[in-house]
Amino acid sequence: MAKLLTRRGFIARASAASLLAGCKSGPVTGFLDAMNTWNRKVDEVLFSPNRLAPQLPASEQTPENAFPSYFISDSMPFPPPNWTLKVGGMVAKPTTFTIEQLKQMPRTEMRVRHHCVEGWSAVASWHGVRLSEVAKLVGIDPRARYVEFRSFDEDYWSSWDLGSGLHPQTLLAYGMNGNQLYPDHGAPLRVYSAVKLGYKMVKYLTAINFLPTATGGYWENQGYEWFGGV
Amino acid sequence: MASGVDQFSGRRLQPLLIRVTHWFAIPLLVIMAGSGLQILVAYPSLGPRGAQYRWYPFQGTPPPEWLRFGGWLGGARHWHFAIAWFLILNGVAYLAYMFARGEWRRRLFLPQRDLVNAALMFAYYTRLRKTPPPADFYNGLQRLAYTSAILFGIVMVLSGLAIYKPVQFHFLTVPFGGYDGARVVHLAGLCLLVLFVANHLVLVALHPRELLNMITGGKRG
Repeated sequence: MAKLLTRRGFIARASAASLLAGCKSGPVTGFLDAMNTWNRKVDEVLFSPNRLAPQLPASEQTPENAFPSYFISDSMPFPPPNWTLKVGGMVAKPTTFTIEQLKQMPRTEMRVRHHCVEGWSAVASWHGVRLSEVAKLVGIDPRARYVEFRSFDEDYWSSWDLGSGLHPQTLLAYGMNGNQLYPDHGAPLRVYSAVKLGYKMVKYLTAINFLPTATGGYWENQGYEWFGGV
Repeated sequence: MASGVDQFSGRRLQPLLIRVTHWFAIPLLVIMAGSGLQILVAYPSLGPRGAQYRWYPFQGTPPPEWLRFGGWLGGARHWHFAIAWFLILNGVAYLAYMFARGEWRRRLFLPQRDLVNAALMFAYYTRLRKTPPPADFYNGLQRLAYTSAILFGIVMVLSGLAIYKPVQFHFLTVPFGGYDGARVVHLAGLCLLVLFVANHLVLVALHPRELLNMITGGKRG
């Protein structure tokens, strides 16, 4: 297990390094900014809240040590003692969930293809509770158009359009490939969605906020597309 | 039906819209190719994680720096997805003109008409034949080359959309064998377009009048 984690750690660092390599990054300006705004609108129009990514057979599953993972902290982030998920923002009932409470909610499992902004794909099965189920419990204010995910991996975060957040294949996942979620993949709880690029799926969750405006994101603010739909 | 002679009488060899879209395509294609290769650097491999394709000889080898454009992955993606619109618009304008004005009749490869001529022209270029076959507006091999380039362009757009939105455009990934198959086709399409351009440049160098025609339009028919 220790060896496996080391190898995973290596992949994690290699992956993060390649994301950062040659990073003359930053938000675009001028012509590219105008086209980026246009493409974001196209992205929103192309996204269908009902279109499902195909479920894949077990034979397509990526060997777990070949499924890349990364975090932005210097070392593997571990959850604080008495970890909870805080769900708030523009909701009727701001609520704090323990992992046990989330596990008692309706469980969804899906094996889908993961698409990384770098170009690679990989397949795993994920299980957890749909964000839409949690949203039902807390009661979203109709003025909330976005949802923001915060993590305990330093200040990693991402904000999404609400439609993608409430998609039936957007989960708060606590398990991968039939097992409990391992720390390198975001334990105890992460976002997993079939309709977003990898960097949008925040791991090591601590808080979810339903908001009237988008709040950018860790990679998004460094110049990657905000919508990041697939 | 107008006969071939009547239809093109009074029209230049290379009408204005064909010339404009031809020259616009060049910087657009260069930026698309350069930004595409910069995107490839982030994962310079083919096939999904844990199941990379054994047949691909360049697994893990990034394309050389001087071929790249956009500086880094995010920058290259912005360029690629911005310029793609203009290249597609340019291509649609070219195709719409070609079909609206009947230009396709003298430009596109029609197997019944052009196949034998193309084979004879190939034999001439490879010195298996001493004289070229008779040609009208274009010879069969030219028509085959230009028609292939158009087809490569269409395949590039479709495979590109499949990679861009593999879930929303899932139906587009299917003919390419899925997301990773579409990446293969997209890179192969680039290689084929580069081969076309290389051939095109050699032949233009051998027939400089054609270059002049693509600038001035040439004489009226």
